[in-house]
Amino acid sequence: MSTLEIKDLNASVLLDEDNSKQILKGVNITINSGEVHAIMGPNGSGKSTLASTIAGHPKFRVDSGSVRLDGEDVLEMSVDERARAGLFLAMQYPVEIPGVTTSNFLRSAKTAVDGEAPSLRTWTKDVKAVADRLKMDPTMIQRNVNEGFSGGEKKRMEIMQLELLKPKMALLDETDSGLDVDALRVVSEGVNRAKEENNLGVMLITHYNRILRYIKPDYVHVFNDGRIVEQGGPELALQLEEEGYDNYVAAAR
Amino acid sequence: MADTSNTTTRPAPGADVTTAEDDVVAGVRTDEARVAIPGMTQEGEKLATEHTAGDDSEVEVTIRRDPKKPAGNSRAERTASYDLADFPELTGREEDFRFTPLKRLNGLHTSDLTGEAPSVTVSGTDLVTVETVGRDDARVGSAGIPEDRLSANAWAHFSQATVVTIPQEVEVDQTISVEIKGTHTDPAAQHVIIDAKPFSKARVVLHHSGTAVVSQNVEFTVGDSANLTVVSLQEWQDAGTAHASAQHAKLGRDARFKHVCVSLGGDTVRVTPSVRYTAPGGEVEMYGLTFVDDGQHLESRLFVDHSQPNCVSRVTYKSALQGRAAHGVWVGDVLIRPEAEGTDTYELNRNLILNDGPRMDSIPNLEIETGLIAGAGHASTTGQLDAEHLYYLMSRGIPEVEARRLVVRGFLFEILQQIEDEGIEARLREVVEAELSNADH
Repeated sequence: MSTLEIKDLNASVLLDEDNSKQILKGVNITINSGEVHAIMGPNGSGKSTLASTIAGHPKFRVDSGSVRLDGEDVLEMSVDERARAGLFLAMQYPVEIPGVTTSNFLRSAKTAVDGEAPSLRTWTKDVKAVADRLKMDPTMIQRNVNEGFSGGEKKRMEIMQLELLKPKMALLDETDSGLDVDALRVVSEGVNRAKEENNLGVMLITHYNRILRYIKPDYVHVFNDGRIVEQGGPELALQLEEEGYDNYVAAAR
Repeated sequence: MADTSNTTTRPAPGADVTTAEDDVVAGVRTDEARVAIPGMTQEGEKLATEHTAGDDSEVEVTIRRDPKKPAGNSRAERTASYDLADFPELTGREEDFRFTPLKRLNGLHTSDLTGEAPSVTVSGTDLVTVETVGRDDARVGSAGIPEDRLSANAWAHFSQATVVTIPQEVEVDQTISVEIKGTHTDPAAQHVIIDAKPFSKARVVLHHSGTAVVSQNVEFTVGDSANLTVVSLQEWQDAGTAHASAQHAKLGRDARFKHVCVSLGGDTVRVTPSVRYTAPGGEVEMYGLTFVDDGQHLESRLFVDHSQPNCVSRVTYKSALQGRAAHGVWVGDVLIRPEAEGTDTYELNRNLILNDGPRMDSIPNLEIETGLIAGAGHASTTGQLDAEHLYYLMSRGIPEVEARRLVVRGFLFEILQQIEDEGIEARLREVVEAELSNADH
């Protein structure tokens, strides 16, 4: 049983050496193992900044507040330490890394997260099994990380890592964007499996209700102007689908 | 990474030219060559000398303004001669020597190169013939002609040449090893000839090691439909070694030539590979991997001379640089002559600066004298590791030091894979690993 606890988080994006702009304005949320929290909000509300700040992207600066995973101060950790502590960010736009093969990358990541190299025999089998279930081309493992992958392939690759690295908490940043229905189903099944098998806690960031038909949220948080402005159960997502974000955006003005 | 990419065209001889005697009224020409739109000629847009600066990189362009007086830095007009007297003493201000530290050449450009040449040992197969011949042998000069003073000085002073012949229609599976080992620093001249007869196929590795002050000419004749891979490894001891190597390839009809140039060791190393086509259909791939450490000067200047129709060239050179006074130079000259219709060429240079201190000069230079080509382009980037790449790897738990290693190795090993000899690749990976661990990347 793990808990990710975010308290009064304020953070800014660094625009250049001298300038920054505050994006997060006091975010509070607590996620336990096995729970799915949907963070929904209009574009530009700061949802992705929340995910990137928790993961430790150097472009964002925490101004105040705290992020704790099982009591440990996440903000004190480097990016790689956060991942080894059990946090995982499925990125909205994964980068291509020339010259580094997917197979080498996955093994290096698994070794780092587990603290020891995976057994060669079971590892190869595990990778193949996950790739099969995500309906990925088996030859992609020999290709360089994300190089020449389509948008859908990149998203599957993120979920593949989620399944293989077995984190405690996953932050899914607009994983549904750019996916057709078949890909969305395959990717959602991957997330659900990780939840079932590893009792994963999930922060699911999305603009649309669509993915929530496949990944059932326990809680829905409406995000606007850098903070959570409404909370509820799955019914809130349905309400948002009908009414849109206009009420919340207007209220913030 | 800073990105520098540019393409230059220049008018064909006889096209729009401007001279003082032309008819001009109020600053506007009235003769045939009158330009309706500023910046445009009858041939199309006349590019300004664009200069998109990256880190110490620049793009040189050549626009011939007067066909009677060609611009001096067009590759087509470069002096080519077997006679040393045709090449003036170097001052260091010459276009092709402006980056080379002449003092560190230890006399290769000024001395009589009378020292004993590094030893040459050929092994790996008995399918080829190996001979040692005198200067008067007919094969000397069959593929190459000096284009700079270092090469001409070597030509003037070598006493004998090693000739390796791959017979017609013979395909050699084993790598042919040419060990070139130096034992002293008296300035010397050397001459090696690789003659791949028509329809032959072979891979030749020139492995330079030891200590030497040597200027070389290496000639590769690639016969009709022959397929020759040459790997030139510069793995000298750093201290005291100065190496100039003019490597001249000449391709027959439908010949294929792959050249992999790996410069790792030596105080000052200057490799100048050049390729000429004598018939249509030739295909050339040129790869380079250079690892420049503290105080080293490693220079690669290549030339692809497209003078025949329907030939292809692909150039990919990469360098990694680390440490104080580490200096890398890459100059890629590609010339597409008017008769080389259907040419397809692309050259790429990527350089990775690993810490504070190194300097890299990267100059792609593409001259196009015909519009009837299949494709032509070039790109040059020089920069440090991409922060987003490191972030992605680290966000999966990989520590920063290891993330850097993964990215750097990926960058460099791509070139080694082109050697296609696992034994050599594995050994070179270890050498590069050792270089990297010096600075803990």
